[in-house]
Amino acid sequence: MERNITLIALFAALIAALGLVPKFDLAGGVPITAQSLGVMLAGTILGARRGALAVLLFLFLVALGLPLLAGGRGGLGVFQGPTAGFIVGFPLAALVTGWASRAWAGRGATGVLGTALAALLGGVVVLYVFGIAGFALVTDRSFGAAAAIMWVFVPGDVIKAVLAGFITQGVLRARPDLARG
Amino acid sequence: MLSLTSERRTPWHAIAAGPKMLVLLAATLGAFWIEGVGPILGFAATVAALYMPGGLVFARAGARMLAPVVPFVVVILAWHWWTGALAQGVVIVLRMVALIALANLVTMTTRLQDMLDRVDAALALLRLPQAWRRRLALAVALVIRFTPVLVQKGAALSQSWRARSRRRPGWRLVLPFALVAIDDAERVAEALRARSGEL
Repeated sequence: MERNITLIALFAALIAALGLVPKFDLAGGVPITAQSLGVMLAGTILGARRGALAVLLFLFLVALGLPLLAGGRGGLGVFQGPTAGFIVGFPLAALVTGWASRAWAGRGATGVLGTALAALLGGVVVLYVFGIAGFALVTDRSFGAAAAIMWVFVPGDVIKAVLAGFITQGVLRARPDLARG
Repeated sequence: MLSLTSERRTPWHAIAAGPKMLVLLAATLGAFWIEGVGPILGFAATVAALYMPGGLVFARAGARMLAPVVPFVVVILAWHWWTGALAQGVVIVLRMVALIALANLVTMTTRLQDMLDRVDAALALLRLPQAWRRRLALAVALVIRFTPVLVQKGAALSQSWRARSRRRPGWRLVLPFALVAIDDAERVAEALRARSGEL
């Protein structure tokens, strides 16, 4: 029990830290914040239940007023903003990613591909359904019109899903104990 | 301390967290019924006026917290101007900005401990087991304690990368960064097991 709580808490702290450290450069010099990568990794590394709980804990602290979202944002205001849908979708994204990665990955060389596909399903498909719905609701427009605007962020998140595949396999090779529990 | 609560005292600091959250909830639900530029302008002006008792510095801090919304405001207004429905765009933008500002005001005038006390009271009201509440309290404390530690360790990793490479630190750092967090978690779990009873 202690181990599950500390893993969930430290992963919530990792998601926060990934949003606060200076941005990473992707191939081609495109800067991205690594926070949504942290959400995918919560699912792929900790599994569905612990991953979703880590993200929920992270959002709970954001709601309480800690500036833990990328760029030092936080407080109740972020749940009212145009990107609120993405934030609300984070825990479910981690849950689906975790479930799919346990189901698809872990068989030798297919590990990276399976994990990346799981991150793609949870961290992009599921997350964008929430993100676009939230944007449509807050800005009073149709789902299609909101999707047209959000589309530009998809390529960056697809790259993050692929990176999540590589990083997760590296982490699980270094700490094989993590897969249990 | 890692917090968005303002040090500058306002009359709102003295009000308990619970009533402030209820007013925010009511305003959020109510704002979607407001139609027309005039009424929504009145709503936004009221929210702005609520910042005034804190003085100019406080109001400026509140305005800074709205900065991330500016690109969205520009896109929404441009879109509605293009489709010939600028008035509707203004209503949407004002409602969104006013609600964010109101929520930020609650955050800026409520101490973290008061928020946590409210949550604990709500969980007690829901009759959640004492053990669950203790675990949540421990997890919250761990995140607050370890986020600055991990940021520091991340910065150290970044520095060691820069010392060895002329390229900027990239995504490869995320792997050792995750390992640092996982190893810390294992050590803390061991320490908790050694020192405490049942969790």
